[in-house]
Amino acid sequence: MDAPQTRELAHIGKSVVIKGEVSGSEDLYVDGEVEGSIDLRNHSLTVGPNGKVKASVSAKSIVIHGEVDGSLTASDRLDLRKSAVVTGDVTTQRIAIEEGAFLKGKVDIQKESGKGTASS
Amino acid sequence: MPIVSDNLMKFFRSSSKPTAAPSTPQKLSRRSSGVGEIARVLNSQEGLCVLDVGATSANNIRFFTGKGHKNYSEDLLRASLDPALRVPDALGNLVVDGKKFLAENLVYSSNQFDIVLCWNLADYMEESLVKPTIDRLWSVMKPGGLLLAFFHTRDAGPDSTCYRYHVTGSDLLEMQEVKFALPGHPASEKKSPRLQRVFNNRHIENLFRDFASIKFFLARDNIREVLVVR
Repeated sequence: MDAPQTRELAHIGKSVVIKGEVSGSEDLYVDGEVEGSIDLRNHSLTVGPNGKVKASVSAKSIVIHGEVDGSLTASDRLDLRKSAVVTGDVTTQRIAIEEGAFLKGKVDIQKESGKGTASS
Repeated sequence: MPIVSDNLMKFFRSSSKPTAAPSTPQKLSRRSSGVGEIARVLNSQEGLCVLDVGATSANNIRFFTGKGHKNYSEDLLRASLDPALRVPDALGNLVVDGKKFLAENLVYSSNQFDIVLCWNLADYMEESLVKPTIDRLWSVMKPGGLLLAFFHTRDAGPDSTCYRYHVTGSDLLEMQEVKFALPGHPASEKKSPRLQRVFNNRHIENLFRDFASIKFFLARDNIREVLVVR
């Protein structure tokens, strides 16, 4: 019997400050501060409630609880939770925005085989 | 008898603008002639540039981008409540720095937008910001572009609910109460902004005097919809 698969998750804690390029091939949770760029390609980024990201971000899926200042590119899905404050242009296939989230920027929804959706 | 009529009025008032805030934001539906006019333009043209300055709404993003148009979102009411915009005047009172507000918001090139959705912004925004904001919107709109704004009638009280508007159909809106951390209140204490003033028709015409034309639609819920052509 195979062991259950678990996805690796890197964690940047709330007291950590990173300036520069962050890239990886695993999911990332940011609850600290990142300034520069984040590139996760086929993995997901979660910005926690204490997270402050001033960077251009590229990932498969992005979930924001904290603050982001910079362009966001999610090849699959972008979730802005109620405490999210996002300033920057957004490119994604699907977007969900909770009541209370703040978004300032251009939104570009890229359709994939006609199934791109947005919901609140 | 006066009690009966008062209760009856409460019933009618509450049917259009509930005063008690439910724990989960309630969504109300209304038809909108202004949105209907906007939708007709969106359906007949391609590649338009739409600016939504109301509270962020995924519905609206889906509605506009689903028709192949570009969508820009910028919640100006919430941005105007940023405590960092408050500066002391000569008497030491905290006032909004309009220059800083416009330096940080609505920063676009001239003649960029075909459609601007203001919703109820002017009724709830700090008075000193309203005219400069409308002037800035004029400059970022294309000639012939459309702007939709909602204004309360004089029957509306100061506690009239501030809504965020979701476009759910060609002339259909869903309205959801907006709550913010207001200046002077703890961040954890979110409240609905208060109606700042009621514009009469002449005020509205003056506000948009630089625009080419203005059209009023009267609704039954103490709201006038105003569609302005740049």
